[in-house]
Amino acid sequence: MKRVYVNEKWCISCHLCEYNCAFANSGETSMVKALKGVTIRPRIRVEENDRVSFAVACRHCPDPICVKSCITGALSAKDGIISVDSWKCVGCYTCICACPYGAIQPDETRGVVQKCELCTRNSCGEPACVKGCPNGAIVFEEREKKQ
Amino acid sequence: MRYVIIGNSAAGIGCAEGIRKTDKDGEIILFSKEKQHTYSRPLISYWLEGKTSLEKMKYRPDHFYKKNKIVFRPSTEVVSIDPVGKTVRIQKGESVSYDKLMIASGSKPFLPPMPGIEKVKKRFSFMSLDDAVQLEKQLTPESRVLIVGAGLIGLKCAEGIRSRVGKITVVDLADRVLPSILDEKASAMIRKHLKANGIDLILSDSVASFTAKTAALKSGKEIRFDLLVTAVGVRPNTEQAAQAGLAVKKGIVTDLHMRTSDPSIYAAGDCTESQDVSSGTQRILALLPNAYMQGECAGINMAGGNSVFDKAIPMNSMGLFGLHMVTAGTYEGECYRKKTEDSYKCLYYKENVLKGFILIGDIGAAGIYTSMIREQTPLDSVDFDLLKKNPRLIAFSKDEREQKINTRFYREPVKG
Amino acid sequence: MINYLYPDYEIVRDPSKCIACRVCERQCANEAHSFDEEAGCMVADSSRCVNCHRCVSLCPTRALKIVKSDHTFKQNANWTGDRITEIYKQASTGGVLLSSMGNPNAFPIYFDKILINASQVTNPSIDPLREPMETKTFLGKKTGEIRRDEKGRILPYTEPQIELSVPIMFSAMSYGSISYNAHESLARAAQELGILYNTGEGGLHEDFRQYGANTIVQVASGRFGVYKDYLEAGAAIEIKMGQGAKPGIGGHLPGTKIVGDISKTRMIPEGSDAISPAPHHDIYSIEDLRQLVFSLKEASEYKKPVIVKIAAVHNVAAIASGVARSGADIIAIDGFRGGTGAAPTRIRDNVGIPIELALASVDSRLREEGIRDNVSIVVGGSIRSSADVVKAIALGADAVYIATAALLSLGCHLCRSCQSGKCNWGIATQRPELVKRLNPDIGSQRLVNLVTAWKHEIMEMMGGMGINSIEALKGNRLMLRGIGLNEKELEILGIKHAGE
Repeated sequence: MKRVYVNEKWCISCHLCEYNCAFANSGETSMVKALKGVTIRPRIRVEENDRVSFAVACRHCPDPICVKSCITGALSAKDGIISVDSWKCVGCYTCICACPYGAIQPDETRGVVQKCELCTRNSCGEPACVKGCPNGAIVFEEREKKQ
Repeated sequence: MRYVIIGNSAAGIGCAEGIRKTDKDGEIILFSKEKQHTYSRPLISYWLEGKTSLEKMKYRPDHFYKKNKIVFRPSTEVVSIDPVGKTVRIQKGESVSYDKLMIASGSKPFLPPMPGIEKVKKRFSFMSLDDAVQLEKQLTPESRVLIVGAGLIGLKCAEGIRSRVGKITVVDLADRVLPSILDEKASAMIRKHLKANGIDLILSDSVASFTAKTAALKSGKEIRFDLLVTAVGVRPNTEQAAQAGLAVKKGIVTDLHMRTSDPSIYAAGDCTESQDVSSGTQRILALLPNAYMQGECAGINMAGGNSVFDKAIPMNSMGLFGLHMVTAGTYEGECYRKKTEDSYKCLYYKENVLKGFILIGDIGAAGIYTSMIREQTPLDSVDFDLLKKNPRLIAFSKDEREQKINTRFYREPVKG
Repeated sequence: MINYLYPDYEIVRDPSKCIACRVCERQCANEAHSFDEEAGCMVADSSRCVNCHRCVSLCPTRALKIVKSDHTFKQNANWTGDRITEIYKQASTGGVLLSSMGNPNAFPIYFDKILINASQVTNPSIDPLREPMETKTFLGKKTGEIRRDEKGRILPYTEPQIELSVPIMFSAMSYGSISYNAHESLARAAQELGILYNTGEGGLHEDFRQYGANTIVQVASGRFGVYKDYLEAGAAIEIKMGQGAKPGIGGHLPGTKIVGDISKTRMIPEGSDAISPAPHHDIYSIEDLRQLVFSLKEASEYKKPVIVKIAAVHNVAAIASGVARSGADIIAIDGFRGGTGAAPTRIRDNVGIPIELALASVDSRLREEGIRDNVSIVVGGSIRSSADVVKAIALGADAVYIATAALLSLGCHLCRSCQSGKCNWGIATQRPELVKRLNPDIGSQRLVNLVTAWKHEIMEMMGGMGINSIEALKGNRLMLRGIGLNEKELEILGIKHAGE
């Protein structure tokens, strides 16, 4: 299935993916309305130093340690997408402690966790980070060999 | 093929899911001493606090047993195991045979001898939903609650009931709170935070004797209370395993496939002891994530698959009155420490690997540290100075980074 | 010293739209944007802005625009703002003014004064979607005689040719003046399109050897990166005698830019200035040129056509006539609007002649002298659209060179600051963090898109004229009419006036 892949060779450290992610998951129709005067809480983060930069979001592992660690059953994997049921989540952050990629974030305003769900739960259609990346550094494509 | 699972919590459920990964049709019978649908044990304090509901606490959806073709036998305690005849006996003399057996019997509260405790009528432990339901019935805005034990269970209980009672006092023999997961400085920080949230803490002290509503402490102090919660510690449920002749030390002894000394019997979760990767010692790791992963591993192996669980480490994540802490591993070796007004970080490292860490307040991306402990990432292969400041993947080598970011299968790094 | 200059452009930010995401700040290598922590908002320093639109294009809320400053000197028709500004600049620096890209001044653009014909009634037009239409063209000497063996059988023989799927090539831009990724974009696009790109005089990076069949390797006065393998690596060899943007002038790439792969590719030590002399020091006559042409042919075993590129200057027809007799297979003529990474402003803006006039006079002269088939003619120097291509071919060109248009499709915004080395679009820069902004996957696709679009338009225009091949359009000046041109101009262009 199609997944998000990042290529640090083409990441230009513009951080637009973070803003597009925050906007896509805001439920607003205008980015200005959604993000003006707000500290954004994107589900993708850009790591950078003087030489390198790249974006990191959930890898949607086939053998997800976050799902196994979840104490409430709020995290689950379905059709290859790991999503969080914020109705069940109590914000214990055990998944944050478990995820090797640092790809799950606290949503402090709601007392739950949030993570990339490949924009399947918003109206974006395809992952907003991919759509908005100006340099093809984040792509949404099929790479796994069919087994 | 018939699989029998004793226990309906994380390890038992993990086992059933592990079996179903390989064997879609084998018969699974799951016995639970409790009457409830599988629920998340650590959530009982959240339930008291009103942060979750009985419905939300369900560890798996309502259709779980049906969907996975599991014969669920609630309120049915397994009293003994016959490894020769390959049967388990349940309460009323009924025997059920098995081809593979999973013991996920969990643990029970440990109560040290305390003179006069039998005089206390309103006395609770805090391990199960039943315990919580019983306690909840007694809570009044005026209640004075004495909690014996300032560990995870005791303090989560305190948090859960704080807004519903008049006064909470926590007593512990240790000189600090959460001694099993925090170092001194971190404990002090949490202690201050608990105090600020109205929890009275009495440390380095213990109850000498009880009357119905008072506790006389060794120091001579006297505490008056209405409700008593004992949360001193837990002990693994190993009796049936021991009686059946399985190797039992502190917990049931298992190999890396979660097999006990009997090849048809597996064990997982709080009732077992396992190899802690971070310390290299056999320990009881009574933690939900561990229990699930052990159970799943066992289930896969019981169904004829080949799975190894060799990545066990202590790992805790919890919040107390809005302050979050994440800890993992073992606290030995050198230490990098950074403290601010509302956060604390301590990384322990030794012999070129990260051994353990404590994070309070800022816990973002903590799993990057956890995975370094679990995978025993050589520190000379990463930019550890950068990692000390923040857990970031950019601190890893280009190849390692590429693998982490773009490979969905988290492979072990090649050890040279 | 007092700075007399006010910024040419002003950065205008709509505060109601700005979300302070700081993309503008991160993307501006000129550091025009910054975040004011105290005020909690973005601020801009317009004096640093080169008007390259990187920030405008990436701003996710369209909160930015760049406007021409309405600040004005007390200028007049003679002492324009530009003249005054230049004087102030020179009075403060004492230096030669440098500029990038092509001549921006308001000289006549003859392409815009030429109109294309279309068929009506008697000579039906052709629908390129329904009927065959050939845009393929070959460059090289056309064999003027038929050779036969002793039995009278024809001996098939042609001089080496370049085959183009469409009569457009990417003209010379060196690795050094533009980035690795810009080169890769051009090379990959050329391969996909079935056309050629040109290394310029910076040598050929070993990674791009694989595009050899679509590469013209250039030999310029500095001879950088030239050796046997290089000459054999491409599909053709170009001797650069001159460049439209700076006829009569050499080049100078400062040593600070000669680092890493650029030094290796140019085959000169790191940090040494790359100086291309104004003339080739071994060419002072057509005979000398002929010697170089044949040296290169000898070195490449007569398998590659040799192009001689000259700037369009006053005597271009006579020069071209000489070049056509030098043994060259192709003459490339670069008009005075051709681009450059850096040229003295005075040269760029005042030297050379328009390509339309140069082309028409060269084509006429070679025809008159009966040597037109000795060479193909390629013209460059501001071919801006498919209409310019059609007009150039009808005036007598075999194909055109484009460079500025190619750079525009890669993201260039003609800010004309190439010489600063801080190209925010990753084109005219060697700074790794800027170079990576041009992803050749995207860049090559945009180039392919551009040329493909032009190809469709060329076919439409040819079909309208009732012409179904480039061959039939070539030199077909009857298909052109001038508008608003005087007798002399029409005479040079060899076309009639509209209405005639």
